[in-house]
Amino acid sequence: MALPTYADPLERAWYYTYLAICTLIFFFLIVPIIVVIPLSFNAEPYFTFTQKMLTLDPTGYSTRWYDLLLTFGMNAPEVSRDSSWWADAWNNANWINAAKNSIIIGFFSTILATVLGTIAALGLSKPEMPGRRLIMAILISPMIVPIIITATGLFFFYSSIGISHWTIFGWKIPYLGVVLAHATLGIPFVIITVTATLVGFDHSLTRAAANLGANPRTTFFKIIMPLILPGVISGGLFAFVTSFDEVVVVLFVGGLDEQTIPRQMWNGIREQISPAILSVATILVIISVLLLATIELLRRRGERLRGITPH
Amino acid sequence: MKKTFILTTALTGFAFAANAAEVTVMSWGGAYTKSQVEAYHKPFTASTGITVNSVDSSNPAQPIKAQVEAGNVTVDVADVEFSDAVRLCDEGLLEEIDTSMLPSAPDGTPAADDFIDGALQDCAVANIVWSTVFAYNTANVTGTPTTIADFFDTTKFPGKRGLRKSAKATLEMALMADGVKAADVYAMMDTAEGIDRAFAKLDSIKSDIVWWEAGAQPPQLLADGEVVMSTAYNGRIFNAAIAESQPLEVVWDGQILDFDLFVIPKGAPNKEEAMKFISFSTSTTALAAQASYISYGPARKSSGALVGKYSDGKTDMAPHMPTAAANLGNALVNNFEFWVDHDAELNERFNAWLAS
Amino acid sequence: MADLTTNVAIDNHLTTADGKPLKAALAAAQARNKRRAFFLVLPLLAFILITFIVPIGQMLMRSIDSPGFILQTDVITKEETPLMVNLGLWFKDNPQGTEPDEAAYTALVSDLIALKKTRAQGQAGTRINYELAGSRSLFTSGARKAAKLKPPYKEAMIKLNKKWENPKLWQVMRSASSRYTGSFYLAAVDRTRDANGDIVRVEENRRVYVNLFVRTLRLSLLITFLTFILAYPVAHLLATLPMRKSNMLMILVLLPFWTSLLVRTTSWMILLQSQGVLNDAMVGLGLLDDANRIQLMYNEFGTVIAMTHILLPFMILPLYSVMRPINPSYVRAARSLGATSWTAFRRIYFPQTVPGIGAGALLVFILSVGYYITPALVGGADGTLISNLIAFHMLSSLNWSLAAALASLLLGGILILYWLYDRLVGIDNLKLG
Repeated sequence: MALPTYADPLERAWYYTYLAICTLIFFFLIVPIIVVIPLSFNAEPYFTFTQKMLTLDPTGYSTRWYDLLLTFGMNAPEVSRDSSWWADAWNNANWINAAKNSIIIGFFSTILATVLGTIAALGLSKPEMPGRRLIMAILISPMIVPIIITATGLFFFYSSIGISHWTIFGWKIPYLGVVLAHATLGIPFVIITVTATLVGFDHSLTRAAANLGANPRTTFFKIIMPLILPGVISGGLFAFVTSFDEVVVVLFVGGLDEQTIPRQMWNGIREQISPAILSVATILVIISVLLLATIELLRRRGERLRGITPH
Repeated sequence: MKKTFILTTALTGFAFAANAAEVTVMSWGGAYTKSQVEAYHKPFTASTGITVNSVDSSNPAQPIKAQVEAGNVTVDVADVEFSDAVRLCDEGLLEEIDTSMLPSAPDGTPAADDFIDGALQDCAVANIVWSTVFAYNTANVTGTPTTIADFFDTTKFPGKRGLRKSAKATLEMALMADGVKAADVYAMMDTAEGIDRAFAKLDSIKSDIVWWEAGAQPPQLLADGEVVMSTAYNGRIFNAAIAESQPLEVVWDGQILDFDLFVIPKGAPNKEEAMKFISFSTSTTALAAQASYISYGPARKSSGALVGKYSDGKTDMAPHMPTAAANLGNALVNNFEFWVDHDAELNERFNAWLAS
Repeated sequence: MADLTTNVAIDNHLTTADGKPLKAALAAAQARNKRRAFFLVLPLLAFILITFIVPIGQMLMRSIDSPGFILQTDVITKEETPLMVNLGLWFKDNPQGTEPDEAAYTALVSDLIALKKTRAQGQAGTRINYELAGSRSLFTSGARKAAKLKPPYKEAMIKLNKKWENPKLWQVMRSASSRYTGSFYLAAVDRTRDANGDIVRVEENRRVYVNLFVRTLRLSLLITFLTFILAYPVAHLLATLPMRKSNMLMILVLLPFWTSLLVRTTSWMILLQSQGVLNDAMVGLGLLDDANRIQLMYNEFGTVIAMTHILLPFMILPLYSVMRPINPSYVRAARSLGATSWTAFRRIYFPQTVPGIGAGALLVFILSVGYYITPALVGGADGTLISNLIAFHMLSSLNWSLAAALASLLLGGILILYWLYDRLVGIDNLKLG
């Protein structure tokens, strides 16, 4: 809101106060995210700025906590860093194993949520869809129901069907319970983003394609898919982030060996917050910046494709 | 491409893990688990070839009911408190343990006589005697707290207090601080007035309490200066003070002694190995070895003589043991029967009190 | 589409190329489209029903189904053994309020002996202990000694332990003898049944759940209000700035939105600790004495400030999407007609943003009522919410029926709010980023 030329001094004063208030609120939003970054380079095991850090003395900073992420849980962290050291870190370091688990769980639950969610969103956006409102409400509900209730329910359900004993050709499926649960939690995001891209969708395009002799499959891949793809990808990213950040369901239904990054963080925070947690936090902040950039690019591309220009 | 690589390595790693003989042991984490790894797990693997997987919980008794009732038991051995061992056994959630197969003492005393009274139960074998004590950070406290009453005296020793977020031990300490003799504590707690009195005492410092839940927290809270005094498991303070040279001091007055016992959840996947692990770990030498890594008393009489110095080679362990004569002046032995019965009721009241 | 159908309505005699009446052909096409749309949604609907709705329904059943006193299920074979059979028969034959006679005690003793055989005394005692503290050991010791007792059993049992004649105990055993019970719902609202079976409040020092529900509501309202106060000016600024600048600033709103919840909670712990950044800064600036650091965390304040920060984007985004399309010329028109800027805001601008306020407030409120992680980490004793107590009963006290009863009360409240949201805002209007 630019200040109008007819503003009197009081309004002018109020306008600058208003800008100052907004600046403070933006500070409030962003400072708690930024503050972990410098602190993760603290040379001391404290969670506050030391004198050396404030005077920008290089000895006040170190990467020891990042190093700890690699070495914690290794069999022989002290030996020289050759290929066997890295193999040891890759196989045994707790945080690396947690990252592997998080990525595997996130990957499969995202695939499941995105495929099922996108197909359903196509159905939901058809004007002929019966009972649309109720079905939509059911499909979005995993986002609304408190996570503790979902986790509790799944815990009993998985116990009663013995999901942890399920096998395929004698092979126990790892992470099955957690993947299904995370897919459920990610689905609302896929539905919301994909239906949003379909709102501006011109259904005459599919009819035109059919008129020109395209079969439904060709129509889907040549016409619909490119248009909704940005929505699908951003929904998928949302689903991935939901899974990647989820701790309560993992705590309730995950096996003891199914350690994920958030679970490891949760344990770490509750027991002793070592600055190693801050280095994990910093890495996660960087990942979210990258994700945010991806989403922003997709949004712009989607708007351009559908011919919506920013006003 | 990279993703597929990660996937295949992780999945094959998973598939292979199940083949070799192994046993999964759940314990309390931090310095305590570390002492068990050194004294039990490593020698056990070396002598039997059975791999030990170590997992931690802030209270290993809690996941057992869930695992057993879910028919998804992944833990073979758990290290639990006395009242929990009795309760879980009563509810049929534990395997019975044949204590006659435990090794006898080096001088031939059978296990049944070698263990301290109460250390052998239908479903559990004790490994250590530990205690809940309070400790303070000498850098942040002016003067020297000497009695449990000092813990509750925030005028004489101002500053925050750390306490375990649970009724057990907290109520007993409050009563002792209020002048009840250790011998009378449980008789007092069996009456409504006694419980009221304990809560009234807690009320007097309520606004100064920081609650902790995991055993690793109190040394951290003390070292960070978040609290000036905290209740804690005595071994955790010992490790922070001796191994990490933190300025922490234990006050033994009003300590509450308890056993930690090994149990096998019903339906444990490696029951045989679990039994082997327990009998190996509760042998005279293994129990004595553990005492050189953390200051908890061995549950066998014959181990006492073998306890020597801390693993740094210079600290004498004896004076740091909760069972040392000098530390038993005003000590309370946890009454497991009382807690088996009143755990639910008093924790409910405790929660109501916390929330009010 | 619409004009086609009207045409058909006028002329019923139109036919398609293959001779079917056009109306029927269109209706068939319509039905086919309906089916096709439904079949697209079906896989997901089935998935959600199986992995979400059924589990929650099953969990809620636990709040009324608690057969620990009458049924023992073998954890491995899943085989079920009935317990307390004789006592159950006695309860069936004698109505509520009957003084337990010798027959009742005889039934009790034989059942206790049976309990000992199947090792179910702990389980049965635990079930009674949920409603009457101190009954656990009554059953475990009773079962141990029952076989040695001699008639008359009433006298013998009371001699064993006076608690056996407690009328409240008999009332609880009676209610536990039927498989389905409402007593966990009573417990969840701090009520219980007295010896006569009447509903009364529990003693004052054991009332916790109602207080906690009230606190959850109070803190959620406070957090909703705070997010509104903070979000309104920011959303307004974002909506009125030129698009390019506004997109830049929007990053500051979206970054927290995309950052891990645990990371944000950890950050707040670092800021709020008594040896943390905020206290250090205040001591450093001389605002605070080193000895009198303020307790900002492990209390209500910590929970409120951290949750306000975490939920703020959920308020800013709906407000922004309502404010963006508001035409600035309305306010200008009001000004030119002589309104002060305050009046123009109050009468013209603000009413147009009310739908956004409603959407944001409901969303923030719904999310905060069920919050678990942040209060568990920064809430301490007086900053915890109802979810934390549900977790306590699930993980620590292992009273799963009570946890389920609390959960279903919470869920009921949330579903009402959700329904309200759908009515007022429409679920289709939910937007992310």
